[in-house]
Amino acid sequence: MLSRRIIPCLDVREGKVVKGVRFRDHIVMGEIVDLALRYRDEGADELVFYDITASPEGRSVDRSWVERVARVIDIPFCVAGGIRSVDEARAVLHAGADKISVNSPALERPELVDELAAAFGVQCVVVGIDSMRDADGEWRVRQYTGDPSKTRSLSRRTTDWMIEVQSRGAGEIVLNCMDSDGVRKGYDLAQLMVARTVCTVPLVASGGAGAMEHFRDAFTQARVDGALAASVFHSGAIAVPDLKRYLQQQGVVVRLQETSRDE
Amino acid sequence: MSVVLVDAGGTNIGSVRYALQRLGVEAALTADAETIRAADKVILPGVGAAGPGMARLRELRLVELIRSLTQPVLGVCLGMQLLCEHSAEGDTECLGVIPASVRRFEEAPGLCVPHMGWNRLSPIAAHPLLKNLQEGDWAYFVHSYAVPTGDYTLASSQYGDVFSAVIARGNFHGMQFHPERSAGVGARLLKNFLEL
Repeated sequence: MLSRRIIPCLDVREGKVVKGVRFRDHIVMGEIVDLALRYRDEGADELVFYDITASPEGRSVDRSWVERVARVIDIPFCVAGGIRSVDEARAVLHAGADKISVNSPALERPELVDELAAAFGVQCVVVGIDSMRDADGEWRVRQYTGDPSKTRSLSRRTTDWMIEVQSRGAGEIVLNCMDSDGVRKGYDLAQLMVARTVCTVPLVASGGAGAMEHFRDAFTQARVDGALAASVFHSGAIAVPDLKRYLQQQGVVVRLQETSRDE
Repeated sequence: MSVVLVDAGGTNIGSVRYALQRLGVEAALTADAETIRAADKVILPGVGAAGPGMARLRELRLVELIRSLTQPVLGVCLGMQLLCEHSAEGDTECLGVIPASVRRFEEAPGLCVPHMGWNRLSPIAAHPLLKNLQEGDWAYFVHSYAVPTGDYTLASSQYGDVFSAVIARGNFHGMQFHPERSAGVGARLLKNFLEL
């Protein structure tokens, strides 16, 4: 049986892992390779690295650290940040990333999703969606969220965009619910439940994890495939092994760290 | 020991190469027929689609060469599927060294395709490739097509239907999951292959 995935997210800015509250006021959390190894050893199922400054600055992700991570890490990892073309995606995948995630560039030019799926297969193509509830009650997509001064509100409804990217070849969707991001009050279950009804590819919840119960609720109520979090892991508020043991007790199928077996 | 990675254009070549380095083996990345023929172990990695994967092998004139290899060969993910006779992905004739056909997963409520994530392995045949593998060990899968179980199946997994996770016929072996991304379990299985 497929396990539910716990995915620490490492926001990368100028070669360091950073975290901000509501996407603002970033502080340095540590070195990329050190944190990647720590999470691997703790039993994280996957890692996501977002180069949060790449898209607003109109440049592609700095790739030197992708290869450094790939050399030491033996769990899958996904790289996001300003990937705008098949060639840029290929370079990141060849550096050792397992998947690439596109967000703002897919909103600029939706055909990018088709091109990436045709070139590498849908299993490599993750579409990240930043979503916020507007005054009229609709969830709509945001663009360039890495830099608050450049963030744009779009007229696209989040569910419409989710349906479109799946038809274009998204193999997984990470839904970042911005209303709940960074404030640790729990994942946006209402939005995730709606998203689940239109999402036939794996769905990853992002934004709002503050306690172990929040992960349980995302898995059992919104039936997401993976739950992504950053600050609760980086700060040590929740340790991945404790979280997984808790989830198992709660009836959620998780991969518990194997016991070492010497040959 | 010489280990080569067949450069068939798959995007996981880097990760497989690094996984071998962590086991102390420097694998050459090559599309050269003589280098492949002379190697002690041959690994066919692969991420992508069956049609372009076979087209690339034909273009490199490696189809007959791979079929004729007698040393241990390991196909990983798409590489494993290419060892089979036929893939439903793009109705593609494959290498045909393992008598199996590759089918697409059936989508069903609660069953997303691609099958992406960690799933359990069930060893079902004794084989040195599975040394120290235990029932329920976790491996990382990412695929939309799968090989049904048959007498070539060494270990299975389940996603809706039961399917082949590890297959072998003679000197040809395949792993549907990514050993290079399956933490300690994957490293152990890669090490087993290197020791065949």
